[in-house]
Amino acid sequence: MYRVITFCMILWSLAGIAQSGNLLVVCEDCEYKTVAEAIRNADAYDTLRIEPGIYREYNLVIDKPLTLQGVNLPTIDGGDMGEIITIQSDNVTVSGIRVINVGTSYTKDFAAVRAVKSRNFAIRDMLMEKLFFGIYLEKSAHGVVSGNKILGDAEEEFNSGNGIQLWHCDSIAVTGNHVEKVRDGIYLEFSDNINISGNTSSNNVRYGLHFMFSNNDLYEGNLFENNGAGVAVMFSKRIVMKGNTFKKNWGTAAFGLLLKEINDSEIYDNRFLDNTIGIQIEGANRLTYRNNLFSNNGWALKVRGACYGNSFTANNFLNNAFDLSYNSNLNDNVFKGNYWSEYTGYDLDKNGIGDVPYRPVKLFSYIVNRTPETIVLLRSFFMGLIDFSEKVSPVFTPDNLVDTQPLMKRSL
Amino acid sequence: MIKIENLHKKFGKNKVLEGVDIHFDRGGIYAILGPNGSGKTTLIKSILGMVLPDKGSITVNGTTIPRQWTYRQQLSYLPQIANFPGNLRVSELISMIKDLRGQEANESHLVQLFELEKYLDKRLSTLSGGTKQKVNLVLAFMFDSPLLILDEPTSGLDPSSLISLKRIIRTEKEMGKTVLLSSHIMHFVEEIADEIVYLLEGKIYFKGSLDALKELTGEGNVEHAIAAIATTQTYV
Amino acid sequence: MYKILKYCFYDLIRSRWSYVYFLFYLLLGFMLLFLNNDLSKAVITLLNIIIVLVPLIGTIFGIMYFYNSKEFTELLLAQPIRRRSIFLGLYLGVAGSLSVSLVLGLGIPFVLYGLMKSGVIWDFGLLLLIGTALSFIFTALSFNIAVTQDNKIKGFGYSVLLWLFMAVIYDGLFLLSLIFFEEYPLDRYSLGATLLNPIDLSRILILLKLDIAALLGYTGAVFKGFFGTNAGFLIAMAVLSLWVVLPTGRMIFKAERKDF
Repeated sequence: MYRVITFCMILWSLAGIAQSGNLLVVCEDCEYKTVAEAIRNADAYDTLRIEPGIYREYNLVIDKPLTLQGVNLPTIDGGDMGEIITIQSDNVTVSGIRVINVGTSYTKDFAAVRAVKSRNFAIRDMLMEKLFFGIYLEKSAHGVVSGNKILGDAEEEFNSGNGIQLWHCDSIAVTGNHVEKVRDGIYLEFSDNINISGNTSSNNVRYGLHFMFSNNDLYEGNLFENNGAGVAVMFSKRIVMKGNTFKKNWGTAAFGLLLKEINDSEIYDNRFLDNTIGIQIEGANRLTYRNNLFSNNGWALKVRGACYGNSFTANNFLNNAFDLSYNSNLNDNVFKGNYWSEYTGYDLDKNGIGDVPYRPVKLFSYIVNRTPETIVLLRSFFMGLIDFSEKVSPVFTPDNLVDTQPLMKRSL
Repeated sequence: MIKIENLHKKFGKNKVLEGVDIHFDRGGIYAILGPNGSGKTTLIKSILGMVLPDKGSITVNGTTIPRQWTYRQQLSYLPQIANFPGNLRVSELISMIKDLRGQEANESHLVQLFELEKYLDKRLSTLSGGTKQKVNLVLAFMFDSPLLILDEPTSGLDPSSLISLKRIIRTEKEMGKTVLLSSHIMHFVEEIADEIVYLLEGKIYFKGSLDALKELTGEGNVEHAIAAIATTQTYV
Repeated sequence: MYKILKYCFYDLIRSRWSYVYFLFYLLLGFMLLFLNNDLSKAVITLLNIIIVLVPLIGTIFGIMYFYNSKEFTELLLAQPIRRRSIFLGLYLGVAGSLSVSLVLGLGIPFVLYGLMKSGVIWDFGLLLLIGTALSFIFTALSFNIAVTQDNKIKGFGYSVLLWLFMAVIYDGLFLLSLIFFEEYPLDRYSLGATLLNPIDLSRILILLKLDIAALLGYTGAVFKGFFGTNAGFLIAMAVLSLWVVLPTGRMIFKAERKDF
């Protein structure tokens, strides 16, 4: 609830800004021929209207509350010299501008648009191309990043930057952005109360979305597709992941979602489609997984060590090569009332729940965990036989690792 | 025509031929006789190159045969069991063998003789044993080979076909061909053979004309004469 | 030889079993495509079937045909034809007709479905190539058994055992050895062990071409590093060819020294 209030407050304050102040027009034949000139001459709460054209400028520092408004997507070309727009004041809005040619550096994280210690800012409907970092928010709060399109051309991890980066931020809404071909699509470090929704993050070199040491965040209704490694949530608490789609993250070290050292979070209504690993879970405690769809993944769930008190209910597992991989004989997690497409039991009392428990860990999956090289026997006739016999009379797989109430039909 | 010297063959521990020396001259009908397991078929198959001898030599028309194959162009063979690829039709089998040998053949009068016209379009798997044997005979006699080897040619034949068979064999002889046959039917042998070779336990016990055999054993009846040799010494 | 091949092929093409085999693949192809609607999924399912069924059918059919055509063989042996030609002809006829059933049976539904335009044509081509190679390999192996074993029952038993060994037992031993030596680096070993068994080699070659290769993880990367190169692929093909040539050579050698 408080997030909504925050959001409204931001909107209200921004609306207030737009109403007051003077209008300064920037264009080739105008009084102000460069954006820098206009910023220098503007008073607080003025609005700069930037007409179509190409402005070869960089290091534009906005140090007073201003609104920069592009008309028909004017271009600011940084000429690979360094950072382009830096917001160093509260109450700044930047919108509708194409920003290109951000300088690349190995010592400084140059961004197309950076906000430093800013409150009540908004960055909207920007188009960023040929960039290093896209939008870099630093110790900022109560801001909005929405409707931006960030199109990078990253190929290697070491010389590329992130699309949208939040560092030590609080209460920021990141919505409806489209990020592709950067290192991490959206990266959060030490950032709390962030709302990430309706974004598309695809074809990035590393992660589509990456959390580090960030708590109480929500991401909802985003699409993460074909990223180098998927989405990673690490060293974080109380994250809500809801209604997202994790798709086509194929590769030897790729997964839809990586959970590492994360506690007390909720994962529901998500779809994991065609990933090498749907969710890889390491050191995750007290998480609930509900009503997610896992379809056509290599492994739907890969549970590595130290995972306690997780519960998996009403999820759908469809046509995964392996539904579950587990690397220990101990199990403190609950699987109950899920639908497993490989389940072959029956339901005599017609209550929709199979009468025979389902064992989601195949023997092969267990063996591969022990000796990874045995994966070369994937899809061999022998492993088929072994899996079948283990299914009939389990010997090796953990005893209590069963879904005692497997569903007969997909849960909706 | 055929010269066999010191032929030895054993299958495992079972010695089938133990030093067979024999020659068959051009133009004549030779019957190879002997009880079951005496080595008749092995001898025939050795000549054909199907069985490879352990020791000894076989020369056919001047060719020493192991691992040779061209000499078989001069030779026609009638196998004991007439079993052919079942999916082929009779006419196809005939043209196949003609094609494989690449030789001129005269099968039409044989087909007529054995009344096989109505079977030409039938698949071999649908034919009766006797009919198959007739097809077998057609295949053996349709080429103009100087040497004919017939393993149990009479088996499964009806009387009229048997008469035709005898007539054909005589005609072939008149054309100066050599015929080598094995049979258990003594009347047939008596009627047709010029010379008899009696084989027992891998050795030749007798080779000579029927009259010589009767004279030697003092039996008027061929069957008795044959039975008599088995109990006495070698008469070669 | 070509004449023998021609007639043997002719004979088999008209046999009921060739039709059953052909129709089976035809049906399978149509079913997979129209139930699945996904070409690359269909290729995976086909892989599973091909690496089990093609060797089995090749072995059983090969040994049955060899024994059943005993009289035909003897008829041919009495003809002026080289022994080598007879057996090579028979072998190529059987392996060829099995391959034709496979290639046409699977090819027709795939072509009708619009394979030519899709990207999986190479994967599918490889699948058919490998299916053909397996047909030739296992027919050659079964002919080897048949030529040295006159007892039909024993020969049949041996060939089923052979199939069982290559398709199942080998992988079991392979798995046990991997688990037993798990502390050691096993990538090269598993590469070698895969190369030695034509069924495993075929499976890996196809898996590496498919998306599913990502599941193979690090080991898969090592395999891809080897088979992905032209040289590696050529080595794999050379191994498959050796599996055809060596048993065929031995079969001919034995046949030339056999009494009929």
